[in-house]
Amino acid sequence: MAIRRFRAQDRAQHRASILGAWISAVSVAAMTAAPALAETLGQPTDKAIGLQPSGDDLRDTAAFFHNVILFPVITVISLFVLVLLAIVVVRFNKKSNPVAARFSHNTPLEIVWTVVPVLILTVIAAFSFPLLYKYHDEPKPDLTVKATGNQWFWSYEYPDQKVAEYTSNILPEAKAGSLYKLATTAPLVVPVGKVTKVLVTGADVLHAFFIPAFGVQVTAIPGKVNSVWFKPRTVGTYYGTCNELCGVDHAFMPIEVKVVSQADFDSWIAAHATKPAAVAAPAAPSAAPPPAAATTAAPATPTATPASTTGPAAPPAAPAKA
Amino acid sequence: MATPAVHTADHGHADHDHKPSFFVRWLFSTNHKDIGTLYILFAIMAGLVGGILSGLIRWELAEPGIQVFRQGSLMAQFLGWAIEPSKHGYYVVMTAHGLIMIFFMVMPAMIGGFGNWFVPIMIGAPDMAFPRMNNISFWLLVASFALLVTSMFVDGGPGRGFGGGWTAYAPLSTTGHTGPAMDFAIFSLHLAGASSILGAINFITTIFNMRAPGMTLHRMPLFAWSVLITAFLLLLSLPVLAGAITMLLTDRNFGTSFFNPNGGGDPMMYQHLFWFFGHPEVYILILPGFGIISHVVSTFSKKPVFGYLAMAYAMVAIGFIGFVVWAHHMFTVGMNVNLQAYFVAATMVIAVPTGVKIFSWIATMWGGSIDFKAPMLFAIGFIFLFTVGGVTGVVLANAGMDYSIHATYYVVAHFHYVLSLGAVFAIFAGFYYWFEKMWGVKYNEALAVVHFWLMFVGVNIVFFPQHFLGLQGMSRRIIDYNVAFAFWNKVSSIGYLVTAAGVVVFLVMLAEAAVRRRKAVANPWGEGATTLEWTLSSPPPHHQFNDLPVITAEEHH
Repeated sequence: MAIRRFRAQDRAQHRASILGAWISAVSVAAMTAAPALAETLGQPTDKAIGLQPSGDDLRDTAAFFHNVILFPVITVISLFVLVLLAIVVVRFNKKSNPVAARFSHNTPLEIVWTVVPVLILTVIAAFSFPLLYKYHDEPKPDLTVKATGNQWFWSYEYPDQKVAEYTSNILPEAKAGSLYKLATTAPLVVPVGKVTKVLVTGADVLHAFFIPAFGVQVTAIPGKVNSVWFKPRTVGTYYGTCNELCGVDHAFMPIEVKVVSQADFDSWIAAHATKPAAVAAPAAPSAAPPPAAATTAAPATPTATPASTTGPAAPPAAPAKA
Repeated sequence: MATPAVHTADHGHADHDHKPSFFVRWLFSTNHKDIGTLYILFAIMAGLVGGILSGLIRWELAEPGIQVFRQGSLMAQFLGWAIEPSKHGYYVVMTAHGLIMIFFMVMPAMIGGFGNWFVPIMIGAPDMAFPRMNNISFWLLVASFALLVTSMFVDGGPGRGFGGGWTAYAPLSTTGHTGPAMDFAIFSLHLAGASSILGAINFITTIFNMRAPGMTLHRMPLFAWSVLITAFLLLLSLPVLAGAITMLLTDRNFGTSFFNPNGGGDPMMYQHLFWFFGHPEVYILILPGFGIISHVVSTFSKKPVFGYLAMAYAMVAIGFIGFVVWAHHMFTVGMNVNLQAYFVAATMVIAVPTGVKIFSWIATMWGGSIDFKAPMLFAIGFIFLFTVGGVTGVVLANAGMDYSIHATYYVVAHFHYVLSLGAVFAIFAGFYYWFEKMWGVKYNEALAVVHFWLMFVGVNIVFFPQHFLGLQGMSRRIIDYNVAFAFWNKVSSIGYLVTAAGVVVFLVMLAEAAVRRRKAVANPWGEGATTLEWTLSSPPPHHQFNDLPVITAEEHH
């Protein structure tokens, strides 16, 4: 199975690069004298200087690529240039070296500084392309949800589970506390350890669906359906934001993904799915459901059947709500 | 540099140096040096406006919550007449900051200012090929700036002004902004584009046809090379922008649907057109800086430029590749994965010629006898900071990585390192390098050095922490953020104050030089300064090279 194969590759990569990890760790440590920060999975941490912790395996690969390959490489290159400049400043100032040399060519040297960057880039590419294709080698989704960017809120729909489209607004500061501008009134609820595919579209202008901890980002475009997928490893809440300028309240349309156990997910679905019969029995009061979700649920979009694909025939965005 | 066999310009006929009256000289100017001066003064003015706008941005972002862009704030009391104290006002300021810094500060300073002043002199020409067109180029830019400022005062839809970012992505720039502010911004860009296209035609014609005898292309100074390549980039990319924004205009006003999915259009097409212009544009901003830095480094090291031909053709390569990488700005829009892979590869290739330039500058200094005057300080600062901006560009070039940091503050940090710290440092290096030549007076070295250090420290405090914010997932273009981004934003805003102090010192330096009026010499830099401008008096005669210099020497840049 594709996933398993990639995992094995990852492990091999990890083993092969313990040294890289050390270099990375040392350079990170050298960059800051700040004490180690207790970072919470799924949200930013004040004073942190690196990527948010990863919430799924794919993002692990991306974080590995950044922390172990890219970051050490660019740090070393920058420091190398800095050291060369320092040598120049110390050795070749007009006091230490009153008479300037006249050379202006050195073919072997020029070949070296052309070829070595090519080699470095080749190494980077050797990690970059597999990562890119891994993002796009989408496994069969266990759950497909549709996310629509609106001015200025997200709305979510579970077409296969018959959960009608509901609105996810920003949670007011009084309730959200320190999570203000990240927390929402009704999160997207997904099961842990399962592949969730998010179909993303825009209702009015461009928005972007961005969850740093899963390393997924895609533009929400009116008239087009894009998709991202992730497979959360642990139960928890993962925050993101709209990441494409969409008007005056662009900073106030956060994304909140609540990852729950399969059992909790099932009961959440049971509570929120549109019943075929007229029975609107109260939901089983399980632990999972966010209280606000039920109250803000909106009727489903009549046109959307997005379970198909991201083809060009996808219907235009849901009717504007604002 | 080639030594001119004859240079008679300084002592020609007395009436050769006859200057026209004030209005004729400065309003109807056809003299490349006068037009260059106008451009530089314009760029300083626009830079101050853009810098004040960025101050408002950093002030707002200093703390979580909305403190500045709200009714009753200090900003509202003092600037409320110009800037709407609302969330929309913030985005208008952010948009104007970007447009002003790009189109009205960096481009006029480098191409219009230094390009006009020194390209004709460096190639041994008496003036530009089309002096009257040169005049039109400048005044179109003034009209363009007036339109952009007007745009900030008229209705945009959500409020006064256009707040959709300098990229003006549809549909936010079509259905999202219904008022005339966006139309004014479009017309402003039309005029700025026309101005630059005319300027580009002028430079290409001048450089191809008016080089002095013996000044072959392969003997031409690197600054002239850089402006030549920049002119080609302008000529090829700006018409595409003009087309794209004209389509925005017709979508907005005449019922077309180029970018409107409801009418069969595609918002992505705008992005492709925009970035087909936009990516070459960032090289337009930096390439003349490459040329300036080569001259400064060579002059103060008292050594010829290392690897002259490689330096020239590295710029050609950067310019060429710059046209085939545009969609690396669009990795998250849902492009086909193989297309993304191509843009990853093409983008990373640019690092190679850029590396050649960085190492060649260092090799130019190596073995030199370096005099650390202000221009050289700015040049060394440029080399290091441009390297930092360049390597973060390599990080962003990887689409798989880009998904985690696209459109975050990491990107803001990256492009400010190459532009705010790269292009702007190159402009200051050139400004101090040619100060005596242009103004005919000396600048105060101590003030210039203080200016450098304040700027260097300040911009690093502003932009380095923004890498951290971006890695943590802070979106760019937001007026407000979660408290978890508070610390580094505070640091960044403090850095702005340091930078602003540097700019104040710069203005003091200008005033001091204007008051003291220490007489300039023809060549203040000595043996290292070998290009033709140093053979002329400071300031040069109103018309130089009435008898063309003949370039004979084998040794050249």
